[in-house]
Amino acid sequence: MTDLTDLTVAEIRDGFRAGDFSAREVAEGFNANVAAARALNAFIVETPDKALEAADAADKAKAAGETLGALAGVPIGMKDLFCTEGTQTTAASHMLEGFVPTYESTVSGKLWAAGAGMLGKLNLDQFAMGSSNETSYFGNVISPWRRGGGDNAALAPGGSSGGSSSAISARLCPAATGTDTGGSIRQPAAFTGISGIKPTYGRCSRWGIVAFASSLDQAGPMARTVRDNAILLEVMSGFDPKDSTSLDLAVPQWEAGLSSDLRGKTVGIPKEYRPDGLNAEISAMWDRGIAWLKDAGAEVVEVSLPHTKYALPTYYIIAPAEASSNLARYDGVRYGQRDLPDGAGLQDMYAATRAAGFGPEVKRRIMIGTYVLSAGFYDAYYTQAQKVRALIARDFEQAFEKCDLLLTPTAPSASFALGEKQADPLAMYLNDVFTVPASLAGLPAMAVPGGLDSAGLPIGLQIIGKALDEQTVLNASLAIEERAGFTARPEKWW
Amino acid sequence: MTESTYRIQGATGEWEVVIGLEVHAQVTSNAKLFSGAATAFGAEPNTQVSLVDAAMPGMLPVPNMECIRQAVRTGMAIDAQINKWSRFDRKNYFYADLPQGYQISQLYHPIVGEGQIEIVLDEKNPDASKKVIGVERIHVEQDAGKLMHDQHPTSSYVDLNRSGVALMEIVSKPDMRSPAEAGAYLSKLRTILRYVGSCDGNMDQGSMRADVNVSVRKPGEEFGTRTETKNVNSVRFVMAVVEHEANRQVDVLEAGGKIVQETRLYDPDRNETRSMRSKEDAHDYRYFPDPDLLPLELDDAFLEACRQSLPELPDAKRARYEGDLGLSAYNAATLTADADTARWFEALLTEGARIQKKSEGDVAKASANWLLSELYGALNRIGKSLEDSPVSPEEGAELLALVADGTISGTIAKQVFEIMLETGEKPGRIVEEKGLKQTSDTGAIEAAVAKVLADNGDKVEQYRGGKEALFGFFVGQTMKAMQGKANPQVVNELVKKGLG
Repeated sequence: MTDLTDLTVAEIRDGFRAGDFSAREVAEGFNANVAAARALNAFIVETPDKALEAADAADKAKAAGETLGALAGVPIGMKDLFCTEGTQTTAASHMLEGFVPTYESTVSGKLWAAGAGMLGKLNLDQFAMGSSNETSYFGNVISPWRRGGGDNAALAPGGSSGGSSSAISARLCPAATGTDTGGSIRQPAAFTGISGIKPTYGRCSRWGIVAFASSLDQAGPMARTVRDNAILLEVMSGFDPKDSTSLDLAVPQWEAGLSSDLRGKTVGIPKEYRPDGLNAEISAMWDRGIAWLKDAGAEVVEVSLPHTKYALPTYYIIAPAEASSNLARYDGVRYGQRDLPDGAGLQDMYAATRAAGFGPEVKRRIMIGTYVLSAGFYDAYYTQAQKVRALIARDFEQAFEKCDLLLTPTAPSASFALGEKQADPLAMYLNDVFTVPASLAGLPAMAVPGGLDSAGLPIGLQIIGKALDEQTVLNASLAIEERAGFTARPEKWW
Repeated sequence: MTESTYRIQGATGEWEVVIGLEVHAQVTSNAKLFSGAATAFGAEPNTQVSLVDAAMPGMLPVPNMECIRQAVRTGMAIDAQINKWSRFDRKNYFYADLPQGYQISQLYHPIVGEGQIEIVLDEKNPDASKKVIGVERIHVEQDAGKLMHDQHPTSSYVDLNRSGVALMEIVSKPDMRSPAEAGAYLSKLRTILRYVGSCDGNMDQGSMRADVNVSVRKPGEEFGTRTETKNVNSVRFVMAVVEHEANRQVDVLEAGGKIVQETRLYDPDRNETRSMRSKEDAHDYRYFPDPDLLPLELDDAFLEACRQSLPELPDAKRARYEGDLGLSAYNAATLTADADTARWFEALLTEGARIQKKSEGDVAKASANWLLSELYGALNRIGKSLEDSPVSPEEGAELLALVADGTISGTIAKQVFEIMLETGEKPGRIVEEKGLKQTSDTGAIEAAVAKVLADNGDKVEQYRGGKEALFGFFVGQTMKAMQGKANPQVVNELVKKGLG
């Protein structure tokens, strides 16, 4: 019998409904994998009982002949940025260590309502700030992948959703939630050979997700297949009156709409995404992707996104500006960490609490954000960045007059060793160079694996679509998935 | 339009005072601006707090359209420009009563633009004492919570009941020139807010408070440096702050000093202002558009509905009372100064006209006089407000109708009113039960007159001898004999006839 933990979400869903196995068997299988993989440090909290509880409910509902939810029998991992009622939610920070919400985020609530069970809360970069999962207060997440040739260096699973990517590729969960502010779903997916989609800004409610940068934060699924992503995204999306930026639109049936036939579609290749010095293997993968999409029936044209080179600096003004304000609430007054030295006044308590509660990357971004919003600098930085953001969005609009989707690399390299880029924040920020523009424009974008590089590490491709056109993004990703035939998996060493 | 002649006499000559007010008015709404939590005043600490108000992780604001509607209606009531596109900004600073670490406000694009408020400085001479005060803007914002320093020897407690409550900040132009003008502006603004129903105007409960900006200059010169005295919570205190602060500034300047732009606090017990913080330690609030909220866009239908819902406003009402109802300028001003008074008066008027089958104009004067002298006098005496008056407008109208149709005299009416206040009985019934009906029975009155004249032969002699002032004596004696129930006109005639 196949190992149940090798199954995709769709296979678990269908096999459970067909009676091939019980939901409890699935949950027990994944619980065992989670417990056996602590070396990866993918979970901050494991919740095997929650997974079993949901599984038993699914089994019971099935036995009683009740209507089953879309994810009945499917256990998943929950990024620890989503507030979960009764289960510690930390955003991987010391600041929120021990914080147990009395409320459930809209997105996680929708997943549980659809019958999914929670295997645990997944590690991430602290407050979702990072591209390698090295900023978590609870320690680095380690990628299950290793370079070939006996190189046992611990590799980064990407970030910020590194717990999610590591856990999925190591078969600790068939799918997980991620959040993406500048690439936090797509880059870790690329690093670990899985898929992940950031939908159009506003598709998924942000209510109950610990905020990083409000105008950019979007939840999305991560899983091993495009179909699994479609299944989860359908459940996670939808209007939420509790989030003013949530889109009041019906959720399309993305899974039913899946088709890898791209005839009639035009793919744009943005020339600015191929800078001098682009990694040759990434460049070659991109060319292969172009060939695959042509093979699927698409036409390919070159397009220009002239303001691309300003995307990264723009992002690193807007995101820290919003973060510096969003994180002001962590002040030690009402919940979470409080450091109150003897005889301290209010200001001393703030200083001590925030000094101890935030890690260095979070502090760096709070300081950058505070600086760019300061009197005298606001116009030069923040106002200017907003103008450039509008130009970047216009670039995409103009490109989409000539094409239906864009194909680009997801990240400028394959995964790197932990510690390799930590000393140089700017080198780390460059990881987001291909993912940040779509975030600034609020567009749907998906990472899908394309193959392995010469070191045996996964590298991926990114599809960027028009606003609200997740279907085309999913379909093009499916066309790549079918042609790439990516079946590689990390060899178990943990 | 009048020019203020208010001047401070300094050693170096006359100084003019320049005043601007920023009024914070709590929007009347059952729910907070962004959270849906309740807003009851005086509730137990931290019982009116939602997850959003406590700024729990992942919580998001959603605008309460009722608060927006009230701000728009207020703007319309002061003839202001309504901005169909406005936006919320975050004002960032740390304080324990500010859970989010920022206040959601509107710096760059307020919902209401320029408007104006007309004030009257002398109610007895309104036309000659009018002045128009410009309003710069109105924006909506969140209130903060409250710190309690008296609950623990070394720690402060936080009450978040007010956190997130909707405020309108109504910013005047620096158009006022005297304490009286500042007082009149604040009173008038309060009147308008209460008419519109967008704020209850209860300054003692903190529903309305003013930041008072004051500077002084030699007449005709440029504006001087201003100070801002925060959170002044009565009209009287605002006037006191202006007076005190202007004099203080003159003293400083004349002693060769400079005014520092700073925030000050008013101490009503000592009637003085004190420095709170200077511009140097002012916060850098790092305002920026709140990314959790979309710009607020109002459509024509919404604006039209706001406009339709506005009541008759104080200036229009006052003009109507003077013009259509023929009331004196002073009475019209007094009756319209407060929405509740005007409502009470109009109920009295409507009922009076109905039962007397006359026009409202015909019963207006008597109604106004009775309300302002008899009813107000009585309420003052028993320490009650119009709202909890023991006599209803309908009962008042009934009483006035009894006088108007000659059933009782004005004198008896006063007695009946006293009984109404004490017992809550209807006037008609009191008159019936106590037999207070006025008589025009000529025979009975003639008999009474005859007796009075017979009993006072000496005075009759004196009257006939030219001491005509005694006429009132005979009338009074006759009324007394008739226990006040005689029709005074008939008494007059018969006394005259008897003395013939």
